Amino acid sequence: MASQVLAQTATNYLTDKQGILSWLLTTDHKRIGLLYTASITGFFFVGGFFAVLMRLHLLTPRGALFGPETYNKLFTMHGIIMVWFFLIPSIPSTLGNFLIPMMIGAKDLAFPKLNLASWYVFMLGGLVTLVALVRGGVDTGWTFYTPFSTTYSTTYVVGAALGIFIAGFSSIMTGINFIATIHRMRAPGLTWFRLPIFIWSHYATSLILVLATPVLAITLLMVGVERIFQVGIFDPALGGDPVLFQHMFWFYSHPAVYVMILPAMAVVSEIIPVFSRRPMFGYTAVAYSSMAIAVVGFLVWGHHLFVAGESVYSALAFSFLSYLVAIPSAIKVFNWTATMVKGSISWDTPMLYAIGFLGLFTIGGMTGLFLAALGVDVHVTDTYFVVAHFHYIMVGGAVMAYLGGVHYWWPKITGKMYPEGLARLSALIVFLGFNLTFFPQFVLGYLGMPRRYAAYPDEFQFLHVLSTAGASILGVGYVLPLCYLIWAWKYGKDAGPNPWRATGLEWQTSSPPPAHNFDVTPIVTGPAYDFEGMKEELNLG
Amino acid sequence: MADHAASLVREQFRTAEQQRETETLGMWIFLATEVMFFGGLFVAFTVYRMYYPQAFGAGSADMNILLGSINTVVLITSSFTMALAVHSAEVGNRRLLAFLLVATMLLGCVFLGVKLTEYYQHYLDHKMPSVWFEYAGPNASKVQMFFVFYFFMTGLHALHMVVGIGVLLVILARTLARSFSAEYYTPVAMAGLYWSFVDIIWVFLFALFYLQGLHI
Repeated sequence: MASQVLAQTATNYLTDKQGILSWLLTTDHKRIGLLYTASITGFFFVGGFFAVLMRLHLLTPRGALFGPETYNKLFTMHGIIMVWFFLIPSIPSTLGNFLIPMMIGAKDLAFPKLNLASWYVFMLGGLVTLVALVRGGVDTGWTFYTPFSTTYSTTYVVGAALGIFIAGFSSIMTGINFIATIHRMRAPGLTWFRLPIFIWSHYATSLILVLATPVLAITLLMVGVERIFQVGIFDPALGGDPVLFQHMFWFYSHPAVYVMILPAMAVVSEIIPVFSRRPMFGYTAVAYSSMAIAVVGFLVWGHHLFVAGESVYSALAFSFLSYLVAIPSAIKVFNWTATMVKGSISWDTPMLYAIGFLGLFTIGGMTGLFLAALGVDVHVTDTYFVVAHFHYIMVGGAVMAYLGGVHYWWPKITGKMYPEGLARLSALIVFLGFNLTFFPQFVLGYLGMPRRYAAYPDEFQFLHVLSTAGASILGVGYVLPLCYLIWAWKYGKDAGPNPWRATGLEWQTSSPPPAHNFDVTPIVTGPAYDFEGMKEELNLG
Repeated sequence: MADHAASLVREQFRTAEQQRETETLGMWIFLATEVMFFGGLFVAFTVYRMYYPQAFGAGSADMNILLGSINTVVLITSSFTMALAVHSAEVGNRRLLAFLLVATMLLGCVFLGVKLTEYYQHYLDHKMPSVWFEYAGPNASKVQMFFVFYFFMTGLHALHMVVGIGVLLVILARTLARSFSAEYYTPVAMAGLYWSFVDIIWVFLFALFYLQGLHI
């Protein structure tokens, strides 16, 4: 338990300075977190718009709205925007940015200017990609497989790849900043094993960001060079090897999945102890499992190539390693569950999202094991089964946790409470809508519906209609929080410094926090999630 | 001087030592990202070299081993002057620091000049893919691939050299403006790390492209 020093200053980080320039030139990690939040919310709804168009199109077997070329562009742009401009930056750049310095008792990140630069670089990358989109779009799928992307596609591949290339540097900047900050900026007494799990998970995430993103950058650069100069790098007609592209692409893109899910696990690890009033069960195992996911996650990329002509021995090794990465994930799930056992559970909105995450992530993870099994994968590869699997991880896992985290820390960020009843209702809508959208896609995929097709046989229509119906419910569930969270910022009840009676350092300062987070650097004397110590302190006080 | 150092501690840090350690750590992580960035090209090159050893050997035979060796010596010497520059910053010798920074930049420029001369020779030999490439022997497309990687990797390296010279210019300006002292010279040390990294990349490029045809 940390010594509690509430800030006495009259201004907070929102009122400290005024005017648009004070936001555009800020180096305050909290304001930059909010800049990122606004940006990725915009990208989320752009990406979501493409998803809506696809689901509407798939209402009828022949396709209701678009030709196949347009449909190809829709799923490509949906993937590119959602992966690189929403999911990768989502939790780290918003909540991570806002919370990491506060959780470790620092005044800011190690490199505040680099942090601001990362936002500008991100926006530049987004802008370039949006220009490519407006000028005609891309049809390669978000995976840019060669030689289609380098030789045959007639769409704006280079523009889109350039946008992603640029945005990658914002990931790298964020990663460097987080690692240096977590290593060197912790408050006195805050040892590694007193850190909240949130910090451990973001540390693991940052390792992946700095080690994997450069490989994507160089791979996209090679695609760009091959396409612009018409020389052979991956083109088999000129001696190139398209499978090499897949290896290099997935060397980044599989660990990137852990960039999406580790921060989600970070959020859930903060929510579950607080709303169970119990310290994290198996703290050390959960902390190490984040690192294990980051390390083993680098060694599983080959399971994307089981049907791409990879050697059978590679496939065996990658299959085994893919099973192995399930172990640290399972360690987390079991420990979260064990944390709740005999806890005093309250069903506030963040907890609803966290429990929703637990179920959906487990389904997504277990179906991942189906795909890691060599025989089963051949049957369901490139079908809706894969689509459903990764949406359970990315939407059911990452987006649910993101929403849970936004609700949990909204009182800290804005100083205001959101309307609890409405929030619980929309959490329920998101959960139901999500399952109705994506569960039928498991069945579709198992029955043989291939992904990325603009038309399908008549017998699949019922399941497609179910999925589209679910998507419309899900859409309502996403628009509702957008409305009431903004409403609450202006009209919500004052939250006070610690509405959830949580233990983290970020709750020991006022809401919204002062510009430098703490009036006095906190000194930490006990472990994280020390609810017993907190109770004693309250009794004594 | 102690006051001078304390005034340079940014507000997010508690002590000058914390700031120096943190900034140095950040630089090392950045260099790790650079290793991964170049690493992708090294992997791709190695894979194709294993696929097409004859063609890549034939491409390597066209390298100018003399100019390549001279460049290697020039660049390693520049790393030496850079290391001396960091040392002179450490002991607070401002004039020597400025002199050594200029020497390092000049050596960097010599390297780039020699590199451009080589590129021009390849152009005259019709060994510039996508601009003018002719090869009479067998496996022409694979020999061309060797040159694609040659220009890609040495070009990317040269770009890093240009950035490095730009960084040193800024460091030189700050040196002349008396921004550094024996208490505070972290930017000099970090520029030194970057320069040495770029130098090391060249050592690997030299071995891969120039020496592979020389089977002794």
